[in-house]
Amino acid sequence: MAIWLDETTRLMVQGITGKEGEFHALGCRDYGTQVVAGVTPGKGGRDVDGIPVFDTVREAREATGADATMIFVPPPFAADAIMEAAEAGVGLVVCITEGIPVADMLKVQEYLEHHPTRLIGPNCPGIISPGKAKIGIMPGHIHRAGRVGVISRSGTLTYEAVWQLTNLELGQSTCVGIGGDPINGTNFIDVLAAFAGDPATEAVVLIGEIGGSAEEEAAAWVEENFDRPVVGFIAGRTAPPGRRMGHAGAIVSGGKGTAKEKMEALADHGIHVVESPAEIGHTVARALGA
Amino acid sequence: MKIHEYQAKEILRRYGVETPRGEVTDEPAAARRICDELGGRCVVKAQIHAGGRGKGGGVKLAGSPAEAEELAGQILGMQLVTHQTGPEGQKVRKVYVEEASEIVRELYLSVTLDRGRGMPLVMASTEGGMDIETVAAKTPEKILKEWVHPHLGILSFQTRRLVAGLGLEGNAGKAGAKLVAALVRCYLDTDASLVEINPLVVSGDSRVMALDAKMSFDDNALYRHPDVQAMRDLAEENPMEVEAGKHGLNYIKLDGNIGCMVNGAGLAMATMDIIKLHGGSPANFLDVGGSASQEAVASAFGLLVSDPSVEAVLINIFGGIARTDRIARGVVAGIAEVGDVTLPVVVRLEGTNVEEGRRILRDADFEFLVADGMADAAKKVVAAAKGGK
Repeated sequence: MAIWLDETTRLMVQGITGKEGEFHALGCRDYGTQVVAGVTPGKGGRDVDGIPVFDTVREAREATGADATMIFVPPPFAADAIMEAAEAGVGLVVCITEGIPVADMLKVQEYLEHHPTRLIGPNCPGIISPGKAKIGIMPGHIHRAGRVGVISRSGTLTYEAVWQLTNLELGQSTCVGIGGDPINGTNFIDVLAAFAGDPATEAVVLIGEIGGSAEEEAAAWVEENFDRPVVGFIAGRTAPPGRRMGHAGAIVSGGKGTAKEKMEALADHGIHVVESPAEIGHTVARALGA
Repeated sequence: MKIHEYQAKEILRRYGVETPRGEVTDEPAAARRICDELGGRCVVKAQIHAGGRGKGGGVKLAGSPAEAEELAGQILGMQLVTHQTGPEGQKVRKVYVEEASEIVRELYLSVTLDRGRGMPLVMASTEGGMDIETVAAKTPEKILKEWVHPHLGILSFQTRRLVAGLGLEGNAGKAGAKLVAALVRCYLDTDASLVEINPLVVSGDSRVMALDAKMSFDDNALYRHPDVQAMRDLAEENPMEVEAGKHGLNYIKLDGNIGCMVNGAGLAMATMDIIKLHGGSPANFLDVGGSASQEAVASAFGLLVSDPSVEAVLINIFGGIARTDRIARGVVAGIAEVGDVTLPVVVRLEGTNVEEGRRILRDADFEFLVADGMADAAKKVVAAAKGGK
C-alpha cells in the first residue's frame, strides 16, 4: 500500500509549457504516473509530447478527470494556481515552486480551510509511492518499493535518505517532501497520521531542519499515537544562528529551533535520533531488526 | 532583507507611527548642524544591521551641537562589536542624529510571523528596552500576544486588550491603539517579516513614540516593493555573499577551510554537519539551488576557490530538479575559467542523469577525487584539507 498517491492517480501539470514543467511532467510519465493534462493560461489547445494543454484547471479536470495536480508556476502566480486547483475540486495539489511570498501562502492557507484539498509544499520535491507513481522532481530510479515511509522538509537530503534505504533493500512505502517554507500545506503530523493507517509502512524516517517547532510537535504526537519505529535526523547543527540557510524555514533565531534542541526533544519522545546523515538507513535497519 | 533604523522609521512614519525627529549623515560636521536644528541636545546612533548597539558603544547622548560632532566623529568609522555582529564587528558608515526624548515609560512592541499557527503575531510587553528573549524566558507572563488574521488585520478589541495590558490610559491609550494598528498595517502592506519597536516610549506629554525600530522583509516578496528594495545597503553585507546572490546562489561565509558546493539547503546543512562530525570545518554554506544553470555553477566554483581560507573543496550533488550532468558541466567550466586549480576537489554525484554527469567529470582535464556516499566524501575532503596545510 501507499498513502495519497498510487497507480490510479490521474495527474495534471500546471505550468507544463515551461522548461522545468515539461521536463518533470515527462519524468513523472516515464516513471509510470498517469499524466493526463497540462494547464497554462493562454496556451490551451496545444500538447506537450501528447499531453493535452488547457487554459484553466477546471477545463483540464472536466476533460480528463484529473484528480491531482503538480504546480511549476513561477512564484508571483503560484498561490493563485494553488487556489485555482482547489476551487476546481482537485483533491491533491503538489506545489514544487520555490520562493512564494509568505503573505501569499497565508491567503492560500485561509482559502484551503474552505476546500477539501490536500496541499503538499510549496518549495518541495513532491510525493512518490515507489513502483506506483510519482508527482514531483525526485529522481525515480533511486527509490524502491518497500517498508519505510519518509517525511522531510528538505529536498535533496530526502534523496540521500531514500538512497540509503534502497541500498539496504528496505525500500519505501511513500516519500513525502513537505517543503522548507514557513507556511506549508501538509505538516509532519498529517503525514504521520496517514502512515499510521497504512499497514505497508513499518517504520518512518523523519528529516527535519533548524527553525520552527514542527519537529518537536511531531515527536510529541508520535509518542502518543504512533506505535512503529521512527528515525529522525535534523539538519543544521553547524548553522550559525540568525542566518537564513536557503530555505525560508531554515533559520535559527534567539536559540529557538536549534538542531541540538530538536534532537533532544525527538530523543525524549522515543524517536531514534541519528547524528550523522550517512547513518539514517542503518538506524532504520536496526530499529526494524533487519 | 534587513534595513537600518533610520529607514525603518521613515517607513513607519508613512503609516502614522510617531518617532522622534532626526536625520541621517555620514559626516561629523553635519551632526553638529542637525543637533543644532533639533534644539541643541540629541542622541547620536550608529546605523548598522545589528542590535545591541547601545551596549557596544554605538549610541551616545550629546548635550550640545559641538559634542554631537565629536561623538559622531568617534562613532563613524568604528568597528562596532555587539552580540549580533560577531567578534569582528561591523564598520559604522552612517549615524542617525535624533532629538533626545523625555521618557516616562519604556515598552516593547513587535509584529512577526508565528509559523506554528500560520498567523502574524503581535507581541507587547511592559518590559521595554530589555532583551525580549530574556523577558520571554524568565517572565513569559509579561509578554502579551495577539494573533492577527492575515486579511482582517488586527481587530479593535485586540488592540484595546494590548493597550490595556500595557497600562496605557487616556491620551496615551488613544495614541497607543493608533500605533498598534498602524504597525500591523505596515507589517502586512510591506511584506515585512519583522517589525520591532524596542523601546516604545511614553513621553511626559503622553505621546507614544518608536524610539528604536527594526524591520526586515520577506526576500521572496521584494519584487513587489521596489521602494523597500531601494533601501538595501550592500555595504552591510558580506561582499562574497552579494556576489553569490547576483548569480542566484545562496552563499554564507563561515570560518572553516573546506569549501562546500551542494544543491538544496537541507543537504547543504547536512553536508556541513557531516564534515564537522569527521573533524573538519566548513568554510561556507553554498546552495546552488534547484534550477542552477551551468553558468551559475561555474561562478559558484569560482567563488569557492576565490576564498583564501579554502584548502579543499567538496561538491556534493544529489540531483532532482538540478540535473547532475548540468552541474558537472558547470564545475568543469568553472575549473577552466579559474585556470590552474591546485586545490583538491572531492566530488560526490547521485541522481538525475548521473551517468552522464560522471562521464563528464571522468573526461575532464582535471583529477577529481570521486567519493561514494556522504561519509566517504566527508572523510576524503577532511583528509585532503589536512594534507593541504
